[in-house]
Amino acid sequence: MPLFRDEEYLKVDFDEKQEKDEALWVKCKSCGKLIFKKKLQENNHICPNCGAYFFLTAKERIKTLIDTESFVDETKRIESDDPLEFTDLKTYKERLEEAQKETEMFDSIIVGKGEVDEHPLVIAVMDFRFIGGSMGSVVGEQIASGIELAAEEELPFVLISSSGGARMQEGLLSLMQMVKTTSTREILTEKQLPFISVMTYPTTAGVEASIASLGDITLAEKGALIGFAGRKVIEETIGEELPANFQSSDFAYEQGIVDAVVDRDNLRSELAKVLEFF
Amino acid sequence: MSEKKTLEELENQIEQLKQLNSKNGLDLSDEIDKLSDKLTERQKSAKEKLDEWDIVKLARHPDRPDARAYIDALTEDFYPLHGDRLLGDDKALTGGLAKYDGRTVIVIAQSKGGNASESQETNFGMMKSEGYRKAQRLMALAEKFDFPILSLIDTPGAYPGKEAEENNIGGMIAQSISRMITIKVPTIAAVIGEGGSGGAVAIGVADRVVMLENSIYSVISPEGCAAILWNDRENADEAARALKLTAGHAEELGVVDEVIEEGPGAHKEFGTAAENLDKSLKKNLSELSDLNEKELIEARRKKYREMGSYRRATR
Ligand SMILES: [Zn+2]
Repeated sequence: MPLFRDEEYLKVDFDEKQEKDEALWVKCKSCGKLIFKKKLQENNHICPNCGAYFFLTAKERIKTLIDTESFVDETKRIESDDPLEFTDLKTYKERLEEAQKETEMFDSIIVGKGEVDEHPLVIAVMDFRFIGGSMGSVVGEQIASGIELAAEEELPFVLISSSGGARMQEGLLSLMQMVKTTSTREILTEKQLPFISVMTYPTTAGVEASIASLGDITLAEKGALIGFAGRKVIEETIGEELPANFQSSDFAYEQGIVDAVVDRDNLRSELAKVLEFF
Repeated sequence: MSEKKTLEELENQIEQLKQLNSKNGLDLSDEIDKLSDKLTERQKSAKEKLDEWDIVKLARHPDRPDARAYIDALTEDFYPLHGDRLLGDDKALTGGLAKYDGRTVIVIAQSKGGNASESQETNFGMMKSEGYRKAQRLMALAEKFDFPILSLIDTPGAYPGKEAEENNIGGMIAQSISRMITIKVPTIAAVIGEGGSGGAVAIGVADRVVMLENSIYSVISPEGCAAILWNDRENADEAARALKLTAGHAEELGVVDEVIEEGPGAHKEFGTAAENLDKSLKKNLSELSDLNEKELIEARRKKYREMGSYRRATR
């Protein structure tokens, strides 16, 4: 499943050194203006000048959505054991170590309990910095156990996707996580608990073609990339250029794939509004 | 002489002896048996030397029988059904009612086509949104009348097209997986050629999953993987080895229950592959028939819940 690397038509910026960088200023990739970092943080990581969305880490996303001090980390203390002993130009082990160091995460997802405007829930948030937010055995297990936690405590489950798809380095086992998460999701149906899927930049390939597309309610963050196959692959196959808005959040909305497109600033209140019905 | 040539030579010799044997009233059966044994042995050791990339080439071999050949050989009275009742009929998916082992079953099969013009028609087994909707329609039919499902997998992947995305192909794959998780009838999936990523798994969730020995099952095509991780499609052979996409590995990973031997290879001799697949399907179907609805679904969900490999975090 192709990871999406083509970011041209999206106004989402991913500043790799955001966390470690000591600099006080950061340059907006969309308008080129220097922005005071603190100001950017206060503004939900949206450029105050041009409105471009900066990439959110899982931790930052949780901060923007969950009521202060209500969050309890429930991420299982597990990591990949490199089942295929996969090597491309680099070993998978090296990639994992680097990603763990950079993100201070076990893998590309954080799961926890918390409240959104006083609505309790279980939330799972993916982090694109960690090998493209890809889903391997660990992510599959974290989503499955997050769903089970929600079921146990009779809470709604919210997934914030930011993933290029299944993780190639774990081969067939990654493909099977599509089935594992989908199968576990059934527990919520049986217990009549809502599953709200929030698609952000990017929600594609194996993640889009499984758990992320199985929400009772599906929201897309403005600027999200939503689709199964990669833009380049499609263009090569059909021999024509695709329109600029193809697979964008607005495209997904027009095609009836998502229920609403929500500005980042409004995502918290929108989630609260939806949860209020259940 | 290359191993391939030696094998061909042996095959020719046996063929010639067989013709002489029937023609001239000579008894050459001892000689034929000897050579046949030798051939089997050489074939076996050649097989052991095949790497993942060799298997990829076999899985895509133009002479490899397509799903319809297996349907014809294994089932009786196949009655194809057409259309998803909304968008159209996806010919990449052959599906319908059939008699198998004395009972009615639903067949869901990705068909690459048996020749060039058929392949055009079936889009090389690359399903679109309507194909996954058609599959779900057939699953619903199976559940309603308590017909087991036989699913044959052979696709490079779901079709990467504009309309497919407009028609939410990812969502259709997700729904197809979901349907196969909750379905109340026995399900068996067989990978007979290429098991290409999400497009394959969408009809591959089953109580029993078997795989022909010269087929592949992978999270991504070796070419796609090479393009991303090696920045060059030319490294597809390396990617194939790294992805460990063969039947034996799939069995080790616990994804596939059984590897079906093909003898000389389905592309050379269809009979052995078809016969062995038939035996396996019958055995599995009979075992699954002993389970009630609840047992079936519980076992299936437990199997997929446990899939994956990880360890306690070390830091
Ligand atoms: Zn800007």
